[in-house]
Amino acid sequence: MKKNWWKGLAVLILTYVILQGLVGGVPRQPILNESIRNVYFHVPLWFGMIIMLLTSAVYSIRYLRNGRFDDDGVAVEFANTAILFGFLGCLTGALWANFTWGEPWPNDPKLNSVAVGMLMYLAYLILRGSFDDEQRRARISAVYNIFAFAVFVPLIFVVPRLTDSLHPGNGGNPAFGKYDMDSQMRMVFYPAVIGFTLLGVWITELRVRLRRVKAVLEE
Amino acid sequence: MTESVRQLGALMRKEFLLEWRQRYALNGMLLYIVGAVFVCYLSFNARRGQLTPIVWNTLFWIIQLFTAINAIAKSFVQERAGRQLYYYTLASPQQIILAKIGYNTALMGVLAVLGFCTYAFVLGSPIADIPLYLLTLALGAVGFSASLTLVSGIASKAENPATLMAVLSFPIILPLLLLLLKVSKNAMDGLDRSVSWSEVGTILAIDAIVLTLSWLLFPFLWRS
Repeated sequence: MKKNWWKGLAVLILTYVILQGLVGGVPRQPILNESIRNVYFHVPLWFGMIIMLLTSAVYSIRYLRNGRFDDDGVAVEFANTAILFGFLGCLTGALWANFTWGEPWPNDPKLNSVAVGMLMYLAYLILRGSFDDEQRRARISAVYNIFAFAVFVPLIFVVPRLTDSLHPGNGGNPAFGKYDMDSQMRMVFYPAVIGFTLLGVWITELRVRLRRVKAVLEE
Repeated sequence: MTESVRQLGALMRKEFLLEWRQRYALNGMLLYIVGAVFVCYLSFNARRGQLTPIVWNTLFWIIQLFTAINAIAKSFVQERAGRQLYYYTLASPQQIILAKIGYNTALMGVLAVLGFCTYAFVLGSPIADIPLYLLTLALGAVGFSASLTLVSGIASKAENPATLMAVLSFPIILPLLLLLLKVSKNAMDGLDRSVSWSEVGTILAIDAIVLTLSWLLFPFLWRS
């Protein structure tokens, strides 16, 4: 039980976030109106995704350094959960964009960058599928994973800022930290980031354990 | 230091010699880019200067991209595994990847200039700032070869290298391609060069990132 306190924390935080997100008080903004509540769900999902992709890349580096199969398994499961979060982020974003920008998928550099980023990680899964030899698969996909993350970062953080984007914080738009969110919203937003990340880690942990059990059963 | 530079030179020389001896591959690539340009020219059925600048520029870079992927995809499948093993006993993997990247950059440079000349010849050239456009061609050659050489190394180890090469390289190359499109569009419109420097800086930074990563990661790749 002592080891699992963070799961309780995740449940607690997410309950708080969902309650606050549905019924808590939010400032009235033009255009955004009530849809600003989505900031508790949409943005933390992306934050969680990026944190998990970073963790996945770190585990790939660890695999290349010490050659333990387990690290490669952890890396791929983190990438899987990150892809899931990415799809959920797209979904919540499309919902939000439909009400604020008028269409679910406006031609926005950040959206397109993210779509390309997702393609990159889907290609990672395809790459993994095309090897029979386990050792080879682990090593080569670890190399690709690190490479992909290094390209993903400029894709997400640099390219959208060079052009005009509808998203806050890009193309001269102020980031949401500036004035869109008041201190009350931050009290929900930052815990939401932690909560969704913990949830992602939890999902990943379950899948990694399943993977370990399967590996033992096969032997 | 001088020793490793000498080894690098020898490896590069080997790549050039190999290409020269198998001229059909080189000629194939030259014909590929000329053919692609001509197919685009006829498909658009465009007389000179009829394409809008954006279409002109984008079409050119798409042709470049496909040529790059096809040209670089073969950098690891050309030689048999036994011979590659032999190289690895002679030189360090870092030297091998740098030699391959260097050679591919030169190859891409030649292909880019040839493609550009043919393209401008048949479709007309609306470019205002030619030196800057040539600079983007050079930056593109470095960036394409740096990122695609490692991807080709990855793909060559898998079951179906050709499909995998395309699937892996399209998303990886995209940030670079978008920046190149932007700078080359600036060059076409003849905007003041100070507008483009920040993008050129970003392209150089991405080139540096992929080069360093290739250098760091290739030793893990060849061992398998």
